[in-house]
Amino acid sequence: MTALPAPAPTIASPRLIWGIALSLAAILWLWGQTLAPFAFEYPKALQIPAARWIGGAITWLVKEASLGPLAFSDITRAIAALIDLPYRAVLSLLATGLLSGEGSSAVQLWPPLPWVAVVGLMALIGLYAGGLPLALTAAACMTFIAVFGQWQSAMVTLASIVVAVPLGVVGGLLIGIAAWRTPWLDRALKPFLDLMQTMPVFAYLVPILILFGFGPTAAIVATLIYAMPPMIRITTLALQRVPAEIHDLGRMVGCTPRQMTWRVLVPSAREPLLVGVNQVIMQSLNMVIIASMIGAGGLGFDVLNALRRLDFGAGLEAGLAIVALAVTLDRLSQALARRSRGPRPAGNALHRHPYLAAALALIVATTLMGQLIPAIQTYPEAARLTTSPFWAAAVEWINVNFFDTLEAIKNAILLGLLIPVKRFLLSLPWLAVVALLALAGWRLGGWRLALLTGGLSFLIAATGQWEKAMITVYLCGIASLIAMALGLPIAIAVADRDRAWTITRALIDTLQTLPSFVYLMPVVMLFRVGDFTALIAVVAYAIVASIRYTVLGLQGVDPRLIEAGRAMGCTDWQILTRIRLRLALPEILLGLNQTIMFALAMLVITALVGTRDLGQDVYIALTKANPGNGLVAGLAIAFIAIIADRLIHAAAEAQRRKLGLGGPA
Amino acid sequence: MLTPAPATSPAASPAEKLVCRNVWKVFGARADEAFAHLGRDPAPDALLQAGLVPAVRAVDLSVQTGEIFVIMGLSGSGKSTLVRCLSRLIEPTAGEILFNGQNLLAASEAEMIDLRRHKMGMVFQHFALLPHLTVLENVAFPLEVQGIDRSRREARAREIITLVGLAGREASYPRQLSGGQQQRVGIARSLAVEPELWFLDEPFSALDPLIRRELQDEFLRLQSALRKTIVFITHDFDEAIRLADRIAIMKDGRVEQIGTPEDLVLTPATDYVRDFTRAVPKAKAVRVASLARPDTPPDGAPRIPARATVAEAGTALLGGADTLAVVDQAGRIIGSLRREDVVTLILGGAG
Repeated sequence: MTALPAPAPTIASPRLIWGIALSLAAILWLWGQTLAPFAFEYPKALQIPAARWIGGAITWLVKEASLGPLAFSDITRAIAALIDLPYRAVLSLLATGLLSGEGSSAVQLWPPLPWVAVVGLMALIGLYAGGLPLALTAAACMTFIAVFGQWQSAMVTLASIVVAVPLGVVGGLLIGIAAWRTPWLDRALKPFLDLMQTMPVFAYLVPILILFGFGPTAAIVATLIYAMPPMIRITTLALQRVPAEIHDLGRMVGCTPRQMTWRVLVPSAREPLLVGVNQVIMQSLNMVIIASMIGAGGLGFDVLNALRRLDFGAGLEAGLAIVALAVTLDRLSQALARRSRGPRPAGNALHRHPYLAAALALIVATTLMGQLIPAIQTYPEAARLTTSPFWAAAVEWINVNFFDTLEAIKNAILLGLLIPVKRFLLSLPWLAVVALLALAGWRLGGWRLALLTGGLSFLIAATGQWEKAMITVYLCGIASLIAMALGLPIAIAVADRDRAWTITRALIDTLQTLPSFVYLMPVVMLFRVGDFTALIAVVAYAIVASIRYTVLGLQGVDPRLIEAGRAMGCTDWQILTRIRLRLALPEILLGLNQTIMFALAMLVITALVGTRDLGQDVYIALTKANPGNGLVAGLAIAFIAIIADRLIHAAAEAQRRKLGLGGPA
Repeated sequence: MLTPAPATSPAASPAEKLVCRNVWKVFGARADEAFAHLGRDPAPDALLQAGLVPAVRAVDLSVQTGEIFVIMGLSGSGKSTLVRCLSRLIEPTAGEILFNGQNLLAASEAEMIDLRRHKMGMVFQHFALLPHLTVLENVAFPLEVQGIDRSRREARAREIITLVGLAGREASYPRQLSGGQQQRVGIARSLAVEPELWFLDEPFSALDPLIRRELQDEFLRLQSALRKTIVFITHDFDEAIRLADRIAIMKDGRVEQIGTPEDLVLTPATDYVRDFTRAVPKAKAVRVASLARPDTPPDGAPRIPARATVAEAGTALLGGADTLAVVDQAGRIIGSLRREDVVTLILGGAG
């Protein structure tokens, strides 16, 4: 027997590299303070005044910029008019009715659609798209909204969704097609889309506020900016995936370029495009609350208002109404996408369009009856339910009986965990952190990644936001770790129990559609404002991702390998730790990535309860209408997100390759 | 031996419908410029050194009006690229392609759209049916693109759907059909514009063997009625000899040999073709006309078409006759086929 050749010792062994790098960083940290103060505090003189530049640019846009004879403000005004007109129409139809006159002196000429008609219409769409169960679900959700007295607000919200979604879909489709046609546009758009999706929405609320003013129009513009990127991506991807033969077919039958796009390619990509439509709907609903900060009104405003008053019950009900709306629109749009078309029915107009006929009949009948019976027109006040007093009592009871316990828990965690970590992170020299991030990028993904991670983290320091960024990193990091620590055992417990997983999945699906603000309220009421409150809210919001991905990873492990492990006599614990968790590692890493993204998104919202991080900066900029500061802080958050995302993706990819699991899913 | 009567080409002088002269297609960065520097017939090594990958190399061929011209090759041989060059779906790097005497490579995009709309049809390996359209709408699609009004195009589509045996399924969607039925739709669609030149790119490769056979028969039946000029791509040699009037065998982007099935079987030009044809029973490839003697058969001898394969004649000989009367397309007796000649061929004596 010959001995296997021993691997040649290389200088570039990973341990050695990291050892040297970390010791250098430690030396800098311990003794660098006096030798190299610039490594700890980025020199003020060299700071990039990005906030001032952006602020200046926006002022210039509003006041001076012009395209030939058209001033930039004229263009924004035209866009506003384009959005405003359909919005007014839909709003009259759903919520206010046809009004004559302005403000409080307005007289209703014609009532809005009766609530019974809207419930019936949703049910009809459900019946058309997915049969009776879907019809019942849709009707139940809409009735829920009416019963809990959220109807009027819900219709205002629905009106803005009804306007935003088609605009987002069409806009996304057109930009996506353009990007698919012109590779350079695609390349130029990609980093921009990355940024749009990682940057907190707050950050671009201020510029929109300045360009479009306060009101529903600005809110719809913000919603569009938030909801369009996924549609653009999906469109480009869907068109790229149309089989080459379909292209050849189009050319062989002599299609003009226009016919090729609209008659051949777009219809062939119909299914993924409809997934995009669903995404736009869900993204728009996610924006409901944030958009209400710049004047959207409706359910979002109710939630925000309740949060300011710390009225948990009212906030929860408005929040659940958003969920009900989301569930309805999500299920309906998914069913429409999946619906298989049967042969076309023949006959007269009534036979060919039975659902349309029924819808028209329903509207006419309920409108007429609504004039006679008010309960059909508006849901009767007397029959409304509210749970608000119950929740208020519950919170009060907990506070009275458990105040000391809660305080003790809070203080223990604050003093034992949060504050030490925060101090440690704040004491780190920025130069060392930037260098270590670049090194991690180089080890995981080569010099391009190193340039990205090093460059972005340097920019954070250079724009004078290092300290706040570190606070963001500390809150987000601890929250993500806690979410992972809690999520992993839960995921392991439910992964191979079908029933338990079904229930857990339903639960986390609901948690995910619940607007993030709703998480904040009970925590604020129990722990008041501060880092600890933010931490709990972030963990509660982010844990969903860690559970979902871990379960996916564990379930994806090849059962033959588990069988092989059992055949070798592994105990259950060994199978879990030696086989299942090892193989699920890439998925778990992606879960960590998602957890961090969720945590960052939530972190901005927790600024409302008084954290001291970048989120707070963004929020303050919003209240002061200072576009430069808001955007710069928002960009810094986006940079943190992008650094974390790229590093973890590269790590997951490396793991996958090591395990021979093929390319990314 | 008789030369085969021009039974397959109805025109007295076989007109060349499609001619391909020294056609090249090389892939790579800035392939056109790089190729131009390499001269008229660069060696494969020179191409590779210039960073170019040749897919089609110096192909010369001509397709006669009304014949079934099969391009046969294994995957990677360049056959699919070649057929896409012929219809200019892919721009050839060099060469000349004449369709009815007109150089396609000099045609403008508008002229090409016009040609494809009215003169060409194509059937695809994976059917390429549009998922959102019914059978009727799919078949009518090429006419719709031309702007023909609904009643006219649907009438024409119904006609062809009946021709391919799918009457009654007009309102179905593609995914509700079996693979064989889907390809019938593909065939119907490609015929909707009554093309002069019919491209079929491995039309039966995605189907299972029984359905493939059925569609091959269907294809021959259609062709006997329609008499299109056909360029048919396949990787299946059995399919090629079953359907082809002439076959071009491709390897590594080059045409190895062009000939009738029996030419390839009886006189292979290269070792590659010889390897390919060795396993093919000669009786299946050789046609009666090649084995017939130019004398008059005895009265009452069973008739066999000159175009039939020797294997088909074998069945008739098993009926008891010693000699068969060989007839051309018009039914005139042109010679006789003897049992001993057939036996000699099958046992390997003739060659």
